[in-house]
Amino acid sequence: MYAFEIERPSTVADAVALLKQSDENQALGGGQTLIPTLKQRLAAPEVLVCLSGIDEIKGVCTDDDGRICIGGGTTHGEVAAGSGAYPALVWMAENIGDPAVRNRGTIGGSLANNDPSACYPAAVLASGATVVTNEREIAADDFFDGMFATALNEGEIITEVKFPVPEKANYQKFEQPASRFALVGVFVAKFADGVRVAVTGASEEGVFRWTEAEEALNGNFSASALDGLSVPADGMISDLHGSGAYRAHLVAVMTRRAVEAA
Amino acid sequence: MPKDGGIGASSKRREDVRFLTGAGNYTDDINLRGQAYVHFLRSDVAHGTLDNVDTSAAEGMPGVLKVFTGADFAEVGGIPCGWQVTDRHGEPMQEPPHPVLAQGKVRHVGDPIAAVVAETREQARDAAEAIEVDISDLPTVMDMKDALKDGATKVHDDLTSNLCYDWGFVEENKGAVDEAIKNAAHVTTLELVNNRLVPNAMEPRVAVGDYSRGTDDSTLYTTSQNPHVIRLLMGAFVLGIPEHKLRVVAPDVGGGFGSKIYHYAEEAFCTFAAKKLNRPVKWTCSRSEAFISDAHGRDHVTKIELALDADNNFTAVRTETYANMGAYLSTFAPSIPTWLHGTLMAGNYKTPNIYVNVKAVFTNTVPVDAYRGAGRPEATYQLERVIDKAARELGVDPIELRRQNFVTEFPYATPVAVEYDTGDYNACMDKLLEMIDMSGFDKRLADSKAKGKLRGLGVNCYIEACGIAPSNLVGQLGARAGLYESATVRVNATGGITVMTGSHSHGQGHETSFAQVVADMIGIDESMIEIEHGDTANTPMGMGTYGSRSIAVGGSAMVKATEKIIAKARKIAAHLMEASEADIELKDGQFSVAGTDKSVAWGDVTLAAYVPHNYPLEEIEPGLEETAFYDPANFTYPSGAYACEVEVDPETGKVTIESFAAADDFGNVINPMIVSGQVHGGLAQGIGQALLEQTSYDADGQLLSASYMDYAMPRADDVPFYDVDHSCQTPCTHNPLGVKGCGEAGAIGSPPSVVNAVVDALQRAGHDVTHIDMPLTPSRVWQAMQG
Repeated sequence: MYAFEIERPSTVADAVALLKQSDENQALGGGQTLIPTLKQRLAAPEVLVCLSGIDEIKGVCTDDDGRICIGGGTTHGEVAAGSGAYPALVWMAENIGDPAVRNRGTIGGSLANNDPSACYPAAVLASGATVVTNEREIAADDFFDGMFATALNEGEIITEVKFPVPEKANYQKFEQPASRFALVGVFVAKFADGVRVAVTGASEEGVFRWTEAEEALNGNFSASALDGLSVPADGMISDLHGSGAYRAHLVAVMTRRAVEAA
Repeated sequence: MPKDGGIGASSKRREDVRFLTGAGNYTDDINLRGQAYVHFLRSDVAHGTLDNVDTSAAEGMPGVLKVFTGADFAEVGGIPCGWQVTDRHGEPMQEPPHPVLAQGKVRHVGDPIAAVVAETREQARDAAEAIEVDISDLPTVMDMKDALKDGATKVHDDLTSNLCYDWGFVEENKGAVDEAIKNAAHVTTLELVNNRLVPNAMEPRVAVGDYSRGTDDSTLYTTSQNPHVIRLLMGAFVLGIPEHKLRVVAPDVGGGFGSKIYHYAEEAFCTFAAKKLNRPVKWTCSRSEAFISDAHGRDHVTKIELALDADNNFTAVRTETYANMGAYLSTFAPSIPTWLHGTLMAGNYKTPNIYVNVKAVFTNTVPVDAYRGAGRPEATYQLERVIDKAARELGVDPIELRRQNFVTEFPYATPVAVEYDTGDYNACMDKLLEMIDMSGFDKRLADSKAKGKLRGLGVNCYIEACGIAPSNLVGQLGARAGLYESATVRVNATGGITVMTGSHSHGQGHETSFAQVVADMIGIDESMIEIEHGDTANTPMGMGTYGSRSIAVGGSAMVKATEKIIAKARKIAAHLMEASEADIELKDGQFSVAGTDKSVAWGDVTLAAYVPHNYPLEEIEPGLEETAFYDPANFTYPSGAYACEVEVDPETGKVTIESFAAADDFGNVINPMIVSGQVHGGLAQGIGQALLEQTSYDADGQLLSASYMDYAMPRADDVPFYDVDHSCQTPCTHNPLGVKGCGEAGAIGSPPSVVNAVVDALQRAGHDVTHIDMPLTPSRVWQAMQG
């Protein structure tokens, strides 16, 4: 690591103020990506603004519309424990990493990082969740902006994520053997007004909605509705763990399995 | 009834108290007064000329004591290679220099260019970033076959080519083998890759160099499997320090698997720099650094042909292997694809004609050397895969085909220069079949099918050669070392015993099982015996631990030394009881006079040895301490039969191991629990190789699988609950314990049965797949199923 200062604000306002002081200041969520990056000397912030002391962005509750509202600083373990009304979300959260990761990593940190193989982006996009920041509310469809890129501005902090609870949902994760991130992860959510299918791990553009599958499932929410559908291998990630064609194939397999299990 | 102590008892591992409670003393736990820290600047280019290394900015950085480059080592020896292979034309192998710090050229990503010693680790790292290095990239040499083409870029400019050696074994057999293959009723051919592995011991390497100006003594604390070997290689060949002025200490070591046998540049650097700076110098390897600086394992590309007659008897085996040496020759690298691989190509079978050709090749990759099994997994894998393929081609049962060709009479001299002393391959196979419920397979297959899964069963045998020996033979084969082992048994006045062994324990449980042997011989409690190892200052010259040699060779040395102790103690006991030495019997720690009720206890005799008031001083010296060196007459030959059952998800290609059974013959067993643990660990590594561990370089020589994000180590849920048995015991005939060694068996025997099982599953489902190269990742299995 390079030397840095660390600040531990107790309010969102203080954290934002610290982040706005310099472009070289950086927010630290659970540190599951940033700390290894610092150790490898691939990042050199002047000040780390640690969000873990801000109680107002922690915890899980239900709002008047029945949405599950999760504070941006809530750990994966707390999400799993507190989101019983949304079993697919619980399953997703409790299968991220290992207990150490789940007790440190946060939903806000994961979404702000937008790793192309992370699980949360699929859950947020498939659920049509709303990402709340200190500045505004951002619809899931507007939030993700390609690998490691989001709609967040400099110094903008995710304070809450609001998940509408679907009638049926399921998340299928096919793990990359080494990292156990999603080689391909598919989150399917069926709402009264339609089905949403979000895919993580597969595309060079990061998480995406598989709209053909959504349309097919809107008419007939069953695995057979997906027969013959596939995503093109072009634009899929190709690496030592699998070709683009393999990932494209897995998208169809995992989508079908998610529908069957929902 | 299980024994509760001594040989054959599953005594609890005494060392685990400290290992499991954080009370161990590992090299990184050692911090010396005034210690400085080194950070190595490593090449991020696979191949290039070092045009300039400008250290001026770095030297002015805070805390920097000195920046070393290759120029500082111009007068120092290079890292030596411990084995010289002679090629098929009688010429010695090509042996390039291996400098401590790069000189003129870098040859792999990770090659150390410069080293900064500073007051703190972070200061050293900061300063290393300030070193300016100009490298002119050269074309990389990555593919072994391309590396041998005319006009190929050379890794070492001073060599005639990238070929280290072209070895034929046994060269005189070649004509007969070619003839047998030409006349065969059937020949099965298989081309395969034995995948390169990154060892990944739990504890990364550490070195602390120390120098005493007052006495001119140097000390190196290091993560080594063989501190005496490091003392000899580094002292005599690199730094010019005689053994009596150099102490090497390898304290608790957290796993080695071969990767900590070798003498590494960082060890020599820390010892050298400590003297130059008159400060202790410490290096702690990071995991990322380990990926590009620890010697890797395996990396063979092989074509094997198996010839059979019309009755399915094996008539010949012919192999051609390309073995990757990496950029430099690691300590024992040349011996692995030759003497530890070619000599095992008979396997468990009485094939009369065998010829092995190995071309060892330099490439711009991390050096390759022994890794758990070392040559024997490569031999076993190709042989047991080609036999399975032959059985399918001939439509015969793969188990019966093996049985038909088993060696059944011992001793058996193979056509590849070794003689198996004992074994019973049918007994191991019989035991295996008892363990795996073959008759229930069809039901299990149907159950898998009902879940949409494929199921397959793979079986294989293995033989290995442990306790590499004898010294005079290995000397003829090119070893630049002897391969004996040593032990000093020091009996203390009140009867407790300290055993100083030249073997080294880095997780194997020697402190427990070695104590069991000595306790058993004397008939005293194991708690009265302490095993010390790892410090050249207080242990006799030994060759350390690798090749599953420690109980067979080190244990035998300890038995010899203990026999000397008992012989002397009998004389003392005879004197104390005024009896004839011939009438003295030792049982349960009591010396008694045959046919009388006279006896003296072990402690009375040991006390007399050190308080010799009533003592035969005219006949024997006081004291009770003996040393023995043991040089075995032959290798030992453990063998076994393994079975693996898998499920394959046909939609994703994911393989799940449903069961794994191992029936091993290790000869006599000292501690069955420890032996089972050794097999479990070996199986995990073999399964890791078969399914998970993928070392991937790109064309530019960058290691793509350079961290745990991309290099998959087996985790608990990747492996099944193992069913292991070692009740088939044909004791070794030429060592006093009748033991064979068990450390590597699991890693040697398991990869073929995993691959055989997956191929079986795919074939049963109608896929025309005869082979998939390891690791059998989901994407590779899926790809194979696409045709």
